[in-house]
Amino acid sequence: MMSLRARRRAINAFNLTMAVLTTVFGVFWLAWILWTTFSHGIGAIHLSLFTQDTPPPGSAGGGLRNAFVGSLMLLALALAIGVPIGVLAGTWLAEFAARRKLGGMVRFLNDILLSAPSIVIGLFTYSIVVGPSGHFSMFAGGVALSLILIPVVVRTTDEMLRLVPGALREAAIALGTPYWRLVMRITWKAAAPGILTGVLLGIARISGETAPLLFTALNNQFWSTNLWRPIANLPVVIFQFAMSPYENWQKMAWAGAFVAIAFILLLSIISRLILRRGVHRT
Amino acid sequence: MKAYDAPITGQAPEHSAGKRMRFPADFLFRKLTGFIALLVAAILVAILIALLDEGSQALHTFGWGFLATTTWNPVTGKFGALVFIVGTLISSAIAMLLAIPVSFGIALFISELAPRWLRGPVSTAVELLAAIPSIIYGMWGLLVFAPWFSRLEPWINDHLGAIPGIGALFRGPPMGIGMLTAGIVLGIMVIPFIAAIMRDVFMITPAALKESAYALGATTWEVARHVILPYTRTAVTGGIFLGLGRALGETMAVTFIIGNSNNLNTSLLMPGSSIASVIANEFTEATTDLYRSSLLALGLILFLITFIVLVLAKLLLLRMERNAGGKP
Repeated sequence: MMSLRARRRAINAFNLTMAVLTTVFGVFWLAWILWTTFSHGIGAIHLSLFTQDTPPPGSAGGGLRNAFVGSLMLLALALAIGVPIGVLAGTWLAEFAARRKLGGMVRFLNDILLSAPSIVIGLFTYSIVVGPSGHFSMFAGGVALSLILIPVVVRTTDEMLRLVPGALREAAIALGTPYWRLVMRITWKAAAPGILTGVLLGIARISGETAPLLFTALNNQFWSTNLWRPIANLPVVIFQFAMSPYENWQKMAWAGAFVAIAFILLLSIISRLILRRGVHRT
Repeated sequence: MKAYDAPITGQAPEHSAGKRMRFPADFLFRKLTGFIALLVAAILVAILIALLDEGSQALHTFGWGFLATTTWNPVTGKFGALVFIVGTLISSAIAMLLAIPVSFGIALFISELAPRWLRGPVSTAVELLAAIPSIIYGMWGLLVFAPWFSRLEPWINDHLGAIPGIGALFRGPPMGIGMLTAGIVLGIMVIPFIAAIMRDVFMITPAALKESAYALGATTWEVARHVILPYTRTAVTGGIFLGLGRALGETMAVTFIIGNSNNLNTSLLMPGSSIASVIANEFTEATTDLYRSSLLALGLILFLITFIVLVLAKLLLLRMERNAGGKP
């Protein structure tokens, strides 16, 4: 029989070893997924990937040009809708409703929206945009993505503005500055790195979203930049190609996945750097 | 002195009328931002109304039976949600069984065990796990993980399948894809969400509490189990619910690997379906109004389940925040 002391030490050693092993386990999946995407994707990266459109099933060659451009346009549309709304709503929460009950409620609902399933956002957009207008369109896709972006931007704007020291506001008020100018010229400026980080993280989040695009932007085998037509986009093309039995399509799906992951990891790293620099400055 | 008090200019009455009159633009700015904030809050309500409206045809046709029927037959126009509700709950349950202990281990490692220089990199690595889009999890799951896992499945069949009682859960053809695979991949996907919250609250456990326990001779594990965990219990539960909310609504990864069968199976190795996966698969192919309405009603069910789970998560996290804020 072990003594009590030895038993406690053994339990301690075992559980702490498990903690180390679970951490290794977690990091292992990241490494595996990144490695797979890298090794499958790098071989399929050619110049033609960026200069040719998606090929018909079963044929060789082709690229993902329409999907890349479509995704970028969807991103731009989502940003154009989502950033102003998100920043203004976040400003109200931090500047006018920081301690009000109504502010707390809006904050609460926004946090729920932040974690709401993206497929539900897709269904919602379908019923308010696609249904009434009668057809799938790039516009509907942009709206769906903006609905995912908005809560991210609201939250970071709110948090970052509340970090701005009150003394800055008091100094400006003492000089007789109107509050709206104070917000635009002083607090927004002070919180800009943080808000930008939030937007970048939001972009990283929506650039891989597939579910909300399936029945809003749909997909388009051809080149299109029409706001009111379905448009090709990287996530849905990856979905379609990866599920297909055609080898050429599968290879292209890996290439698309590689580009998407590289883009998203780059955004994550840049946003971290911005945040760190912003923190050092103040 | 008196001259200042007297209303000799037109400004004075405006002052007395209140702050808003001094800068009309302030009033406008406040109202505009407030209106937009309320608009954002109204999105959730709008989602609920839209899904109720669109799903009403299916709910009227099938009534409460919609929740309890396993038939899903587009040809005959008979739709029931039970297979998908069960699939969603089971795949999420498997995910949580995997994710909770692993997240706890990771959070414990980062907050208590790791040397300072290792904390940042490990935290970042786990956070990056959340940055990978779910479509890539799905693709990797289908084309890399499932073939690898199918070689493990005969072993699961022989050993876990031989256990009386729960053995039936683990018998089936080694296909790689199925409920169990989907649950595992879901688990990996929600680890970063749960681990991040656990790490944050473990870090704010007051050092004085931990040091008192160490001074009494407690081991690191005993401090974690009897000091840190009780102190952070509400937030830890909140984090788990937040992860559960993610797992329930996760779509693309599940669609790739769950196998998309519209039948109920006792075995976890058999293919299944979740609410999100059937919507993703069938929505654009829904040819009749009733079919589409049934899928939207499924969306409503998913929305309501995740809404409840997420509200619970937020309430628990808020309680922890308030408690921690109230303490010196």
